Amino acid sequence: MLGMNKNDTTMLLLVAALTMLAPFILNPFPTDSGLAQFNAGYPDLMQRFVIFGIFAIGFNILFGLTGYLSFGHAAFLGVGSYSAVWMFKLLAMNVIPAILLSVVMAGVFALLIGYVSLRRSGIYFSILTLAFAQMSFNLAYSVLTPITNGETGLQLSLDDPRVLGVSQTADGSIPVTNLFGLEMRSTFEMVVGPWAFQFNAGYYLCALILLAVFYLSIRIFRSPFGLMLKAVKSNQQRMNYTGLNTRPYTLAAFVISGMYAGLAGGLLASMDPLAGAERMQWTASGEVVLMTILGGAGTLIGPVLGAGFIKYFENIFSKINESVLHSWFGALPDGLEDLLVTMVYPFVGKGWHMTLGILFVLVVVFLPGGLVEGGQRVTAWIRSKKAGGNKPTSTTEPAE
Amino acid sequence: MGILEVKGVNKRFGGLQALGDVNLSVKENSVHAIIGPNGAGKSTLLNCLVGKLIPDTGSVMFDGQSVLGRAPYEINQMGISRVFQTPEIFGELSVMENMMIPCFAKRDGAFEMNAIGSVLSQKDIIVKAEEMLKDMNMADKRHMNAASLSRGDKRRLEIGMCLSQEPRLLLLDEPTAGMARADTNNTIDLLKQISDERDITIAIIEHDMHVVFSLADRITVLAQGTPLVEDEPQNIRGNPKVREAYLGESG
Repeated sequence: MLGMNKNDTTMLLLVAALTMLAPFILNPFPTDSGLAQFNAGYPDLMQRFVIFGIFAIGFNILFGLTGYLSFGHAAFLGVGSYSAVWMFKLLAMNVIPAILLSVVMAGVFALLIGYVSLRRSGIYFSILTLAFAQMSFNLAYSVLTPITNGETGLQLSLDDPRVLGVSQTADGSIPVTNLFGLEMRSTFEMVVGPWAFQFNAGYYLCALILLAVFYLSIRIFRSPFGLMLKAVKSNQQRMNYTGLNTRPYTLAAFVISGMYAGLAGGLLASMDPLAGAERMQWTASGEVVLMTILGGAGTLIGPVLGAGFIKYFENIFSKINESVLHSWFGALPDGLEDLLVTMVYPFVGKGWHMTLGILFVLVVVFLPGGLVEGGQRVTAWIRSKKAGGNKPTSTTEPAE
Repeated sequence: MGILEVKGVNKRFGGLQALGDVNLSVKENSVHAIIGPNGAGKSTLLNCLVGKLIPDTGSVMFDGQSVLGRAPYEINQMGISRVFQTPEIFGELSVMENMMIPCFAKRDGAFEMNAIGSVLSQKDIIVKAEEMLKDMNMADKRHMNAASLSRGDKRRLEIGMCLSQEPRLLLLDEPTAGMARADTNNTIDLLKQISDERDITIAIIEHDMHVVFSLADRITVLAQGTPLVEDEPQNIRGNPKVREAYLGESG
């Protein structure tokens, strides 16, 4: 279907089902139950899942295929957000021109930074990209205040000179982002018994865009261009002595992944029209590296899984505080309860980074192929059980 | 006038004169061997031919065009393919994919942005790669990971990859180094067959005298960075200067 083989089609359909049904899948617990805090099916978080999924899919085109590890991809995310907010301020509240400008601007930045950084490979390339990203971050924070509004961040105001639109709505408030009139924040709530499922317009726009760019990434992986990128990762020497110029291949991959990042930044701003310099900070660049490796670098679906995994942790685990823990262990004798709370507390709430760190170490050590490899091992194990307890004979390879 | 003309090439690394006034002429459609003891400058000379090193002085002309100052990929596109001492292949890719990449390089040049069409829709490339795999007796290994091939098969694959570019000059850097006798003989047979069946010039750097005397039409002996003699194999065997510089020690 659509020029893809059976496996890829299945994978695309799987991602389509997951994203379209996310409001149900992420809301398994009734709203009044104790487990409701593990529900992730609210618009803000669901938008983050898919937007960072897009970011990671793009990052994977560079890192997963060519092996060039960029530590500065958040710069393009930031550029995308700033471009989008400026588009809202100057042109219109429609998200389409904003998203287009984000992608184009991020592409231009990626071309400049990539052209210089790709003169080196390995650790030097990583350091160069990190340096450029930190430069962008610091510029956005200080010197470029007229464009970026410094540490406050760029926001909409009541006197924006919006060419195609109004500066203020009739009731004197800032207009909201929309897609040809469909407001991004509009949410339809469906109540089924004790459950409440939320369907948000902004989320579905992001999800459709994710599907489109996921499909594009499948095509890139399977194309001659994708094959050349894998060859760059495998053996640059052989590439050069086979008459192939590696520089334009890596630069094209860098620009494409930068544009994915810009798209993600533009979508972030479209959902919530503000942009801050912290979006470009090195921790944000590191996060997308974590997502890709955790999910499975070089695999198609891995980055999406990694992004969802990390964003879930960041938003759900971080909300478990001391009183929640006490309510969990409340049935136990007092001494035991306090002991358990003290033991668990460092790993949840503000300590969620610790749990994430431990999980990351475990994945890298035991599942170098990331969550995707974990999934493959489980399926292989189930198959071998079905086949009569035979040991799996196939070796694990990244699914592509 | 040979297809490859090296004139007055000098290359110095600090205090070491690696190549001193090297002149070499490789005739079209011949097999030319370059031999010499360790440190004679064989690899330095080869690296000067493919753009990895730039000589301090002198000229290297391939088919009437200078190769100096060009990047390795440009020199390759001119028609010079190189086989490395340790096989350089795409270990993580399948044997078939390995063979398709040089076919793409031949058809599309140094860079082609085809990011949407599927590799599987490139029928001409697939046909060509499959033919070459058949020629190399590797058709049954097409789905294997290239890294899992035996040493001899890696060498065959690398030679096949070079040939699928239809080069005019094939450079081989000690192609049988570290191989078992059987693999060495297979490689000799393969190279003989290539030289007989194809319109191709072969220049080979080799340590193994058995390989050199089985293949070469002409031999250049390098010693201390300078060509000592250039002659036909039967004359090289008996040459006292060569015996002294090189064969003397190994018989």
